[in-house]
Amino acid sequence: MLNIKGLKVDLEEEDKSILKGVDLEVNAGEVHAIMGPNGSGKSTLSYVLSGKDGYKVMGGTATLDGADLLDMEPEERAAAGLFLAFQYPVEIPGVGNMTFLRTAVNAQRKARGQDELTAGEFLKEVRARAKDLKIDAEMLKRPVNVGFSGGEKKRNEILQMAMLEPKMCILDETDSGLDVDAMKLVADGVNALRSEGRAFLVITHYQRLLDHIKPDVVHIMSNGRIIKSGGPELALEVENNGYADLLAEAD
Amino acid sequence: MALPKPKQDATDARLGAVNVPDGPAWARAARTDAMDRTAAMGLPHRRDEYWKFTDPSALVAVDAAPADVLDDDDALFSGSGALTLVFVDGVFDADASDDLAGEGIEISRLADAQDLHWARDLYGALETAGQTPVERPLAALNTATATDGVLIRATGNVARPVCLRYRRSSDDADVVLHHVIRVETGAQVTLLETGSAAARLSTVTEVSVADGGTFHHVRQQGRDHQRRMNTHTFARIGAESTFKSFTLSLNGILTRNDCVIEILGDDAIAHVAGACVGDGDNFVHDDTIFITHDAVGCESRQVFKKVLRNGAVGVFQGKILVKQGAQKTDGYQISQSLLLDGDSQFLAKPELEIYADDVACSHGSTSGAISDEALFYLRSRGVPEKQATNLLTLAFLAEALEEIEDDALADDLRDRLAGWLDRHAG
Repeated sequence: MLNIKGLKVDLEEEDKSILKGVDLEVNAGEVHAIMGPNGSGKSTLSYVLSGKDGYKVMGGTATLDGADLLDMEPEERAAAGLFLAFQYPVEIPGVGNMTFLRTAVNAQRKARGQDELTAGEFLKEVRARAKDLKIDAEMLKRPVNVGFSGGEKKRNEILQMAMLEPKMCILDETDSGLDVDAMKLVADGVNALRSEGRAFLVITHYQRLLDHIKPDVVHIMSNGRIIKSGGPELALEVENNGYADLLAEAD
Repeated sequence: MALPKPKQDATDARLGAVNVPDGPAWARAARTDAMDRTAAMGLPHRRDEYWKFTDPSALVAVDAAPADVLDDDDALFSGSGALTLVFVDGVFDADASDDLAGEGIEISRLADAQDLHWARDLYGALETAGQTPVERPLAALNTATATDGVLIRATGNVARPVCLRYRRSSDDADVVLHHVIRVETGAQVTLLETGSAAARLSTVTEVSVADGGTFHHVRQQGRDHQRRMNTHTFARIGAESTFKSFTLSLNGILTRNDCVIEILGDDAIAHVAGACVGDGDNFVHDDTIFITHDAVGCESRQVFKKVLRNGAVGVFQGKILVKQGAQKTDGYQISQSLLLDGDSQFLAKPELEIYADDVACSHGSTSGAISDEALFYLRSRGVPEKQATNLLTLAFLAEALEEIEDDALADDLRDRLAGWLDRHAG
């Protein structure tokens, strides 16, 4: 589904190389985790895949079901089925959460040539999804992420994911800033969305999240490259021993 | 004191070209007095302190520059059930208007007013009071030369709003209208204004709200692209009264809205707000507000938001004056611009002058661009860039629109704004 080959990326503003040749293949139905020390390029990878400004692709390819992601606008990538759950969800004063969700859902439907959801259809759908994530009506009415707690923001990301039904979900440190209960709630939300046709790329620092969202493959990223891939046991190794041994091994 | 020569020349030329209309004795006296005051003050010049951001020469010139008539089938506020008065090129159109009668309300035309009309105590009086401490000569000129306008007296709780619908058919109409509104003790009325009035429009609206009275005002200024206008609102409000005015401005070359409010009774509320969107380097929009607190425990708010692009210029000059003894005043003033490109300008002069020691006054003024973070967030959810920009633009204007009391009227204006943004995107 997601196919990344030799991806090299620099920061646009300064001559600094962040990704130095990333290779990654995620198949439909799989959950992959990327772990790695701070500054290894994990978040950059998620931003480059979703189309954020400020990065320069120096080489390599990234495709989603064969379509060239790097050639698309961010909204086209979203309509093609890519979703990024932000590490720091953005607050948008003045835009109601409900308006935001409905605009996004219908924009994607429109881009895919589907009929837009009516207000009634949308409301029914959003209420059901929100309930599963313990998001109350009040939170849906408030401006997007404004005044939300850390946990509420992350649950709101999962709600968007549930409503947009993407096929490739990237979760960028979704566990950061969450207490144990909130993490469980978010993980349950993600697990409920796991399906044969959908894949996940979970970026995290900690094994803890992976106790709840069980990965098929774990990758270790360091200095702009994936230096090792393996099964879930790799995450446990990191948890117990840190990155030092793996990094030394890679050098 | 002699006026500077350019000012004297411009004033002489303009005053030489206008006539003081006839009317009942009180109107003649007010007009003559206003003409004398105009001559003594001189018409505004770019060098005047209150005109340093906005060039008034087109408003002062003898002739109005022509402006193409916009084919504007204006249905705004049509769902409000308002009692509608239509002016075409500044002339009252009785056939197109509703009967000037309603429950708890007296309405007449300035042109028809007789000797004993109630408006004789107000016409030009609030305008005259509003000349201190800042001179507003264009308002005095309006009092001197206006031939028509609406005189509204609310004596009860008027459920049906009054809507002034301006239309125009000529590309060089130079229109002067003067409205007087009197809201009696405990009475309540809503005034709506919309439409393209003239190539050059001057309006003065004098509003007197007695104790416990409520006046709501919502207007949309003409969307014709080349029009120029200056409006003045002079309000005097009593104890426990409410005055709320909101203005939406789209298009036009020059718009100058002056609003002067004097709060004379305790525990009164005065809100004045505006949203404007301007596109192009011949767009200038100026809000000049002066609110005087001369009573205890009153609240005032000034909330102005401007969206500017392609060289458009926005101006805000807002003042809160808290007089000695006006304790427990709660004053708020915010003026913000969203600059959609590097060519546009926002010029703001917020002023507070406070002579009481137990007051809370806050003010702020900002200029900013669309947040890249918010834009990317929306786009990453599949919202196309243009649509995302419009959504964020409407969000920026939301605080001003929230000042409108009536949700249905606010929705009307929101739709109008959304439509404008769709048409002007990119």
